[in-house]
Amino acid sequence: MPEITRDEVAHLADLARIDLDDAELDHLAPQLNVILDSVASIQGVAGDDVIPTSHPLPLTNVFRDDVVRPCLTPEQALSGAPAVEEQRFSVPRILGDEQ
Amino acid sequence: MTDTLVPFEDVLKDFDPALGLEVHVELNTATKMFCGCPNEFGAEPNSQVCPTCLGLPGAMPVVNGKAVESAIRIGLALNCTIAEWCRFARKNYFYPDMPKNFQTSQYDEPIAFDGYLDVEVEGETFRIEIERAHMEEDTGKTTHIGGATGRIHGADHSLVDYNRAGIPLIEIVTKPITGTGAKAPLVARAYVAALRELILALGVSDARMEQGSMRCDVNLSLAPKPSSGEPGETKLGTRTETKNVNSLRSVERAVRFEMSRHAGVLLSGAKILQETRHFHEDTGTTSAGREKSDAEDYRYFPEPDLVPIAPAREWVEELRGTLPEPPSERRARLQGEWGFSDLEMRDAAAAGALSLIEETVAAGAAPQAARKWWLSELARRANDTGVELTDVGVTPAQVAEVQKLVEAGTVNDKLARQVFEGLYAGEGSPAEIVAARGLAVVSDEGALSAAVDNAIAANPDVADKIRDGKVAAAGALIGAVMKEMRGQADAGRVRELILEKLA
Repeated sequence: MPEITRDEVAHLADLARIDLDDAELDHLAPQLNVILDSVASIQGVAGDDVIPTSHPLPLTNVFRDDVVRPCLTPEQALSGAPAVEEQRFSVPRILGDEQ
Repeated sequence: MTDTLVPFEDVLKDFDPALGLEVHVELNTATKMFCGCPNEFGAEPNSQVCPTCLGLPGAMPVVNGKAVESAIRIGLALNCTIAEWCRFARKNYFYPDMPKNFQTSQYDEPIAFDGYLDVEVEGETFRIEIERAHMEEDTGKTTHIGGATGRIHGADHSLVDYNRAGIPLIEIVTKPITGTGAKAPLVARAYVAALRELILALGVSDARMEQGSMRCDVNLSLAPKPSSGEPGETKLGTRTETKNVNSLRSVERAVRFEMSRHAGVLLSGAKILQETRHFHEDTGTTSAGREKSDAEDYRYFPEPDLVPIAPAREWVEELRGTLPEPPSERRARLQGEWGFSDLEMRDAAAAGALSLIEETVAAGAAPQAARKWWLSELARRANDTGVELTDVGVTPAQVAEVQKLVEAGTVNDKLARQVFEGLYAGEGSPAEIVAARGLAVVSDEGALSAAVDNAIAANPDVADKIRDGKVAAAGALIGAVMKEMRGQADAGRVRELILEKLA
């Protein structure tokens, strides 16, 4: 039975840049375990002879020709942005370091 | 905090370095990896984007077949096995340079794996084992606003241009490179140079390091030297990854600096932190970046929106037939054609000048003349301005033209250097520069003759020596004449005139 610990939830929250306090961690860890338990019940059904499915269709090699297609205009591209500056998407201060 | 650096020579007394190089190459396809937006450098911000590369809801990616072809050709040229079947994967991370919140990459199923590239350093051949070459997409470009230095720290917000997001990238990763000792910095440089040469020969990228279409991350670790008598323990030390090292020279310097820094940390009894480092071109040093995420932190999983790739063996063999001549065979052939000595050939290869010399020769110059210009005047210029030889601002055809002017006696070597000055400044063709700057050697015999007469009159004792048969003394008079002619005279003709007049 897989179990997700409180520390693992804290680590995931950190990776996702979500600030969770102690009470939220106490609350969320058991909830996530319920979800994992439910998913784990599927493991009982899958036999060793069934390989994990990533793609339901037996297709390979779907390629596109290397031909330019029209882009959005910068105005269209930026139309949904909450904030724009110098024709760029403006995002809030990034915490942490360059990726 | 200042780093305690151990002098490079001393690092080798206690430690053996291990290198790992990750090189990203932007392919020169017409379009992006998963959409039909143009793959072009330098367009205005957010003008080459579409719903797919902006990660808008419902947009579906489709693989660029040409990019797969380029990936396979790179893999084959690196002597890799080409996967019979492989998938893309999502690399999940939280940073605004990818609007999808993940980068489409390959994880445990790269398209090419287990290859090698042989590189030569000071006459010694090192086989660099290639672990993998995989396909992925480039990220957008972030600009940090409000900080003093444009860095992320201290910035109050950031601006993102997604033109680069989705441009096809091939990431080429070596296995740990050990046994290079004091040559580690040179081996790292030679590998990146050889890889760049190969990529250019394949024609799959313009591989311009200063523009970022080829980028190198340098992994380095030190392991204590096995004490004598004991069997060598091959355990690697903790590594650091210096990101985005963007010139051949910087690759060499980054390895050298990190070796000295690691040794300083380890000898003080402290531990190396597994982290990324930033390289600073101006000082040749590195500074701490972020702590390195574990691969599992990226939550890789197979990309459900792209079907697997299973390159037919016939296609792979067909592509194998399109490979350029292997670099080592090419070097041997060129050396034979040019008649260069081993040393001349090695210097030319180390400077990344082989293709430039080849093109200069093709444009009509003699091999030795082409070699001379690229490895002296132009190499000096590249070094002074901190660019690669290919980006020095002079083309092989122009070098051949300058050499023609020299051979025709229009300019001498000294004036030719001024022609190159004009070429750097973009003043037109060599012939135009000679005309505009008035550089041509004076062939006006009257002016030349007068200058020779003046020199003889001003140096009667030298003239007497020459009259007495001490021909070697003519050098002093030639110098005087060249000075009066401001260098614009053919030294050979001046010498003839002097000897005629003093016969």
